[in-house]
Amino acid sequence: MLFFSKQSVKRPLSKFGSVFALLSSLVLSMRSFAADSEVAAGEAQRWVTNMTQGVTAISHEIYDLHMLIFMICVAIGVVVFGVMFYSMIMHRKSVGAVASKFHESTLVELAWTIIPAVILIAMAVPATSTLIKIYDTSDADIDIKVVGYQWKWQYEYLGEDVTFFSNLTTPQDEIYGRAPKGEHYLLEVDEPVVIPINKKVRFLITANDVLHAWWVPALAVKRDAIPGYINDVWTIVDEPGIYRGQCAELCGKSHGFMPIVVHAMEEVDYQYWLEGKKIQAEELKLAMSQSFSMDELYARGEQVYQTNCVACHGPAGAGGIGPSLIGSSITTGPINGHLSLMINGVQGSAMQAFGEQLNNIDLAAVVTYKRNAWGNNMGDMLQPVDVLNHKRSL
Amino acid sequence: MGDHGPAKGFSRWLFTTNHKDIGSMYLWFSFAMFLMGGVFALVIRAELFQPGLQLVEPEFFNQMTTMHGLVMVFGAVMPAFVGLANWLIPMMVGAPDMALPRMNNWSFWILPFAFALLTSTLFMEGGGPNFGWTFYAPLSTTYAPPSVTYFIFAVHIMGASSIMGSINIIATILNMRAPGMTLMKMPLFVWTWLITAYLLIAVMPVLAGCVTMMLMDIHFGTSFFSAAGGGDPVLFQHVFWFFGHPEVYIMILPAFGIVSAIIPTFARKPLFGYASMVYATASIAFLSFIVWAHHMFTVGMPIAGELFFMYATMLIAVPTGVKVFNWITTMFRGSMTFETPMLFSIAFVILFTIGGFSGLMLAIAPADFQYHDTYFVVAHFHYVLVPGAIFSIFAGVYYWLPKWCGNMYDERLGKAHFWLSFVGLNVTFFPMHFVGLAGMPRRIPDYALQFADFNQIASMGAFLFGFSQVFFLFIVIKTIRGGKQATDEVWENPEGLEWTIPSPAPYHTFTTPPAVK
Repeated sequence: MLFFSKQSVKRPLSKFGSVFALLSSLVLSMRSFAADSEVAAGEAQRWVTNMTQGVTAISHEIYDLHMLIFMICVAIGVVVFGVMFYSMIMHRKSVGAVASKFHESTLVELAWTIIPAVILIAMAVPATSTLIKIYDTSDADIDIKVVGYQWKWQYEYLGEDVTFFSNLTTPQDEIYGRAPKGEHYLLEVDEPVVIPINKKVRFLITANDVLHAWWVPALAVKRDAIPGYINDVWTIVDEPGIYRGQCAELCGKSHGFMPIVVHAMEEVDYQYWLEGKKIQAEELKLAMSQSFSMDELYARGEQVYQTNCVACHGPAGAGGIGPSLIGSSITTGPINGHLSLMINGVQGSAMQAFGEQLNNIDLAAVVTYKRNAWGNNMGDMLQPVDVLNHKRSL
Repeated sequence: MGDHGPAKGFSRWLFTTNHKDIGSMYLWFSFAMFLMGGVFALVIRAELFQPGLQLVEPEFFNQMTTMHGLVMVFGAVMPAFVGLANWLIPMMVGAPDMALPRMNNWSFWILPFAFALLTSTLFMEGGGPNFGWTFYAPLSTTYAPPSVTYFIFAVHIMGASSIMGSINIIATILNMRAPGMTLMKMPLFVWTWLITAYLLIAVMPVLAGCVTMMLMDIHFGTSFFSAAGGGDPVLFQHVFWFFGHPEVYIMILPAFGIVSAIIPTFARKPLFGYASMVYATASIAFLSFIVWAHHMFTVGMPIAGELFFMYATMLIAVPTGVKVFNWITTMFRGSMTFETPMLFSIAFVILFTIGGFSGLMLAIAPADFQYHDTYFVVAHFHYVLVPGAIFSIFAGVYYWLPKWCGNMYDERLGKAHFWLSFVGLNVTFFPMHFVGLAGMPRRIPDYALQFADFNQIASMGAFLFGFSQVFFLFIVIKTIRGGKQATDEVWENPEGLEWTIPSPAPYHTFTTPPAVK
């Protein structure tokens, strides 16, 4: 408990206090405990012991189903363990119990086969009905394609010409304990996926490299992202809010570092946001034909580097899981070779093809940055139009 | 012809064809692997003690989760059961040895090489396997470290060892029973192992096929699992779990057999329903082949598939319930004492049932969309495997150790080991239900702040549980080196042929078949 940041500590617990908190949470665990669909400002909710009820009709149904099965299990457990502890207490040799010799009874054995089977059928009925609802992906109002990448999510609003990546924004310093951890540690991104409330939103989920899984507990949506497949799931969110989730399928080194943030808002706000994104896209298209100064490219490149490259090549370019970029044959070699490598990646390695992931400005900027940062001092630079021409020549 | 003893020195162990020697080697080997897998687990728990990255980097963390799973499944649990089978099956059916003693030697001795190969990958460039013990493609093929080829070869060797072991067990049980030992008179441990051996022969080749397809994809340009080449990543999961689900029953059926031997002894009352136990075991084995895709509820199967696998999975609760009810009815109106094997067996029944409950919850496909790949799953399968497989092995070792070495273990120490393990286990794995339900995915090296408290508790429990097992090693060695002389029966009126021979069991037993009434 000593290691938490200030924000995260709700109340300083003494040793006994924490034991008490554990016990009370064990007791409370049977009650409905809404998890952190909306975390109180400044504090992560602690000692959560149960599934979130979520913010959709389906998530409520799943929660009720979960509690129903759990309660049935508890009831069976009370009977079974009750009999067991009764005999362990009453039928011990030390209290003079003499063993009876009975065994085999067709009647009893039939009973304990048939009764559980009936209970199971009772469980299967609501489970089937919920599952059928979950699988009805027809008549969606909005379609969003979700693509899992190592290690970020891409969202594409189909028919709207809006596409963006959503990257983790938690700084490395927080992860490595050099800075206090923020409220949404590991659950914060630069661009959340925005959806309107009370609309049927369909997510078309796939992956670009390995398997991932797109999961937001408050929506009760979890579906694997699989290369070559498009899985569809849907949701209708009841309340505006920010809902956080994580990748739920092991996808390599940074599996724990590719969160999902869904921002659900009123329809008008959503439309306003969507228009803003479209204008941004237009502006970006215009910027593609402009030229930038070395300083501009360097500054932008540093940002791009910190978002996309730092996980493998390290905060100062000195390498890590990926090779060092300081004085390397790529970053200090021919600039077109460097750009080609950025665009195409390295087959069979963790170096991805960034040609489709980054726009031409960002590619130009990050190449320029790498060639001039950390004492590489190559002095050369790329403009977006150079990247465009290079892509065409490939 | 007199009763000749074992050869001297190391060649005794290298060349032995004696089922008792080979059984002992299996057990020691599996214990060594248990400790190694345990150290990997403690690295995981140490890193997860608090949020942030403190001790290891994510890539090494992934190697630890992978190796922990592989070593525990293939190195600790399975060889331990094969070791018990080697020691006990010939003595239980009244046979002088296993049916195929030379193959027996070979099935054991290739195992250390398989695990040396597997462990060596940790020191290779690019590190060891880092794709989880389920090694889903394409993370384990296109995106795997170069050492994956060693991993594939190691899995092949383990599979060969298991298949040979199973053939041997089936041949022994079907051909070497003493006159009068009909199938329906066999102890349940023999029955459960017979069924387990068939499961192994059925699914280990599937695993071998699976890793061979990986090998082809990696080195020979095929695209079984690569979507870009026209292959199918989901095919991998179907093939893997067609092996993987029976595999989890391979790790639990022999445990049922052990517990079914121990509970009647200490309740001083015959097992309530012997025949129904046999049929329940067979039903579970059959069902294990038609439920595999419940591990894949989130891959986007058609709804008909989801419903089929949900119903079939729920059905497993019936025969499993029959078993639990049988054990409890055996205790009911018995005359119970609580020696260490009985304590472990009772804990087995309680905690395995809790694991069964969470298994039933996981079977409900819509709810599984929330549970899948979270710590709730981790809690579930550790509740069935640790108090299931591992506790039954402990129970079996305490129960039969006096027969094997002729000395009684120290009851007070045994009970201390039980209570330390019991507390450690629950403190470790119970909180995982909570963090899983609260939304913590499995296989992550770092987590959001709301999961911190229960993770801290789990980590403390893990260290308690881990160190308790070193204590177990001490107890076993102490017992082998001395202690109160065990009687031939060891316990009060235990059932079974193994209790009719002297303690310690002579190097060769039942060279003339016993009479079975």
